[in-house]
Amino acid sequence: MTMAGNGTNGQQYVGTRTIRPDGADKVTGRARFGADYNLAGQLIGKVLRSPHPHARIVSIDTSKAEALPGVKAVITRDDFADMPSEFIPAGEMMMNYKDVTRNVMAREKALYEGHAVAAVAATSAVIAKKALKLIDVTYDVLPHVIDVVEAMQPGAPILHDDLFTVGVEPKPDRPSNVAKRVEISQGDIDAGFKRADVIVEREFKTAPVHQGYIEPHAVLATVSEDGSAEVWVSTQGHYIVRAHCARLLGMDIGKIRVNAAEIGGGFGGKTVVYLEPLALALSRKAKRPVKMVMSREEVFKASGPTSGAVVKVKMGATKDGKFVAGWAELKYQAGAFQGSPVQPGVMCAYAPYEIEHVKVVGYDVVSNRPKVAAYRAPGAPISEYAVESVVDEIAKKLGIDPIQLRMMNAAHEGTKAAYGPKFGPLGLEETLNSIKKTEHWNTPLRKWQGRGVASGFWFNIGGETCVSLTVNEDGTVSLMAGTPDIGGLRASLAAVAADELGIPYDKVRPIIGDTGSLGFNFLTGGSRSAFSGSMAIVEAAKQIKSELCARAAKLWEMKPDEIEYAGGHVKPKVASEKVTPMSLVDFAKVAGKTGGPIGGVGRINAQGAGPSLGTHLVDLEVDPETGRVTILRYTVAQDAGKALHPAYVEGQFQGGAVQGIGWALNEEYIYGADGKLQNAGFLDYRMPVASDVPKIDAIVVEVANPRHPYGVRGVGETPIVPPLGAIANAMENATGIRFTELPMSPPKVLKALKEKYGAGGAGR
Amino acid sequence: MARVVLVGNLTQLTGGVAEFDLSATSVRQLFRQLADLHPEIAPHLEEGVAVAIDGQIYQDALLEPIGADSEVFILPQIAGGSLEDVP
Repeated sequence: MTMAGNGTNGQQYVGTRTIRPDGADKVTGRARFGADYNLAGQLIGKVLRSPHPHARIVSIDTSKAEALPGVKAVITRDDFADMPSEFIPAGEMMMNYKDVTRNVMAREKALYEGHAVAAVAATSAVIAKKALKLIDVTYDVLPHVIDVVEAMQPGAPILHDDLFTVGVEPKPDRPSNVAKRVEISQGDIDAGFKRADVIVEREFKTAPVHQGYIEPHAVLATVSEDGSAEVWVSTQGHYIVRAHCARLLGMDIGKIRVNAAEIGGGFGGKTVVYLEPLALALSRKAKRPVKMVMSREEVFKASGPTSGAVVKVKMGATKDGKFVAGWAELKYQAGAFQGSPVQPGVMCAYAPYEIEHVKVVGYDVVSNRPKVAAYRAPGAPISEYAVESVVDEIAKKLGIDPIQLRMMNAAHEGTKAAYGPKFGPLGLEETLNSIKKTEHWNTPLRKWQGRGVASGFWFNIGGETCVSLTVNEDGTVSLMAGTPDIGGLRASLAAVAADELGIPYDKVRPIIGDTGSLGFNFLTGGSRSAFSGSMAIVEAAKQIKSELCARAAKLWEMKPDEIEYAGGHVKPKVASEKVTPMSLVDFAKVAGKTGGPIGGVGRINAQGAGPSLGTHLVDLEVDPETGRVTILRYTVAQDAGKALHPAYVEGQFQGGAVQGIGWALNEEYIYGADGKLQNAGFLDYRMPVASDVPKIDAIVVEVANPRHPYGVRGVGETPIVPPLGAIANAMENATGIRFTELPMSPPKVLKALKEKYGAGGAGR
Repeated sequence: MARVVLVGNLTQLTGGVAEFDLSATSVRQLFRQLADLHPEIAPHLEEGVAVAIDGQIYQDALLEPIGADSEVFILPQIAGGSLEDVP
């Protein structure tokens, strides 16, 4: 195990469990989340949503609603300009605004139950709701399709007449729900299978699941008479909100100032806009602030979950356990508009392993469900679940320990990834070793109990990042970041700043700045914010140290290269009795007399994000009478490169494991034959709660990322990748049944047990 | 000459050709040379791809240098917390 430790100025706080700067406000209720913001004279906005999963909108009559006393604005498709079908940059994302504008407000058709059709701003929520009932929408109801395989069939209801499958030859002349076909391949897949002594082929199905953030979408927007606007919003990326809203509403980016509220979870689901452009459009029309908050039902019906999918996997191995061929076919739901995470699903499927011959094909398929949004390592949990299940079966067929089999095939530095390039240093082998050494791995189990292991891969990204460090008059430092703090950003960046400047941690006050305060920041996602932010902090601190040395040179009448900044002091490299070293506090006192305020701004496009790999180990028990599965014990080992704040890193590991438990065992969107969602609430959409899970043990592996000054890798997404496979493998060991459909909910488990062993599992 | 490999659907825009030897010294030059050879690929390079140079993935890094003997893979953009569409 390689330990990082190449910080540029010593590490007193990096790698320690410092007090969270935002902790006090959060535990006392003082912290302000999206719905906590209010302005004088604000209106309440509500959305009218389609009751049909697929319908042509013939007409919308808002006259009665507009006439209702208290109603100040009503908006429909007519309040949004249509946009051509083209992918254009929005921030750092490529977006097809023809789809975006239709997703925030339906135009020709309503494409899913819950699709926004109109919105109202009124002086109270009661009046707004009453007004919604007065809006008369005439629908021409159309046949719908929900299931991904059914949507791909000839004769399926077509959602978009202008959607032709990309990536197939010859180019189709008929529209289809299959937006695109993607493929990666290397080697000769047929030759690979010819070399195999053992081949396992399986088909898997996963249900669509929601990110399940506790805080619903919420926004407060105000547009002034001069056309400038300010927004407070629960988001993972306020610069992205600004970019989308400017584009959708025809506004200058510089005229919109967006503030990121504290956020009660996002997991990828708050990287897009839903209410924000509506609130701005309503405010612009009403000339008053407009506040909008989704209900939980709206969150489920109208915001992006991740795909449900059907995945076929075929893997071949030699009798001595070498993987020689990996093939897969992925069919991912995109929801109502193209853009499922099938591409990363394709690229990640075999990424944990060194395999010479690989071919993975994926299909991006639209259907009458809400457009999917990113969900933690988008696409990877689904494809890797299928592969990890098959890896386990191969281990059984060959009689090889599943950890050993993974170790024998683990990707490592120099391995050619299934998607092309060679990997740099990787930590998969270290996580497997860590798991194998645990007492957990060696504890005996009883009947109806099972143990499963699985590994997972995610790329991680960097991206545009801007932070500032400002030295205050008393030598304290204000740190401003432009990515919302979801998983411990403030604490992590404050520790880096304190170490870089050699000052106490509690003298650094980190805040999240608004879009007018810093240059562009890509969003908090892709496991990038601590990775990129800490690189930018190093750059900002470097500017401060350089500036202090330059000023000291003038004060002391020395050459700049005779002076250094070390241990929190500016001092001559060679000690001199004539000169007294100056601390940051000393310098702050004379800042004005030596050139003005002191500060640094790190503006970078961070590159060099190292992938993070993890291995999960789970014990569970199946109740043969009810089919209920209880998670008994869970251990996560993951490569963090360097944990800036170990408690937050462990929190990411634990949170991902818990989300994965829900995905594997209980969570699913249940649609009726009418295409309507039947479980749009937390009572019926069963997420794990604290009493459902044991303490998750976390092992932080540190294989330094050589491209980061502290060795950091992103850690936020990888933990959601292995749980599905690990739990399915544990279920097979507990029951002798290979479950190939998620979730493995009690009815499904009970049915499978009854089919194999009779009622109550009596025949086992 | 750098060895350049296209990954995934991009080869459909180059008549199935997946590998090139190019004298580009930066990502920007690389994109230009590929676009000169296969104009259909140009908008897709502009729309967002990732470039792996000697195993290191770069995104939106037009000025990143490419060595004479570098191995370069052009990949779909790595998304992360957001979904991005690529050809």
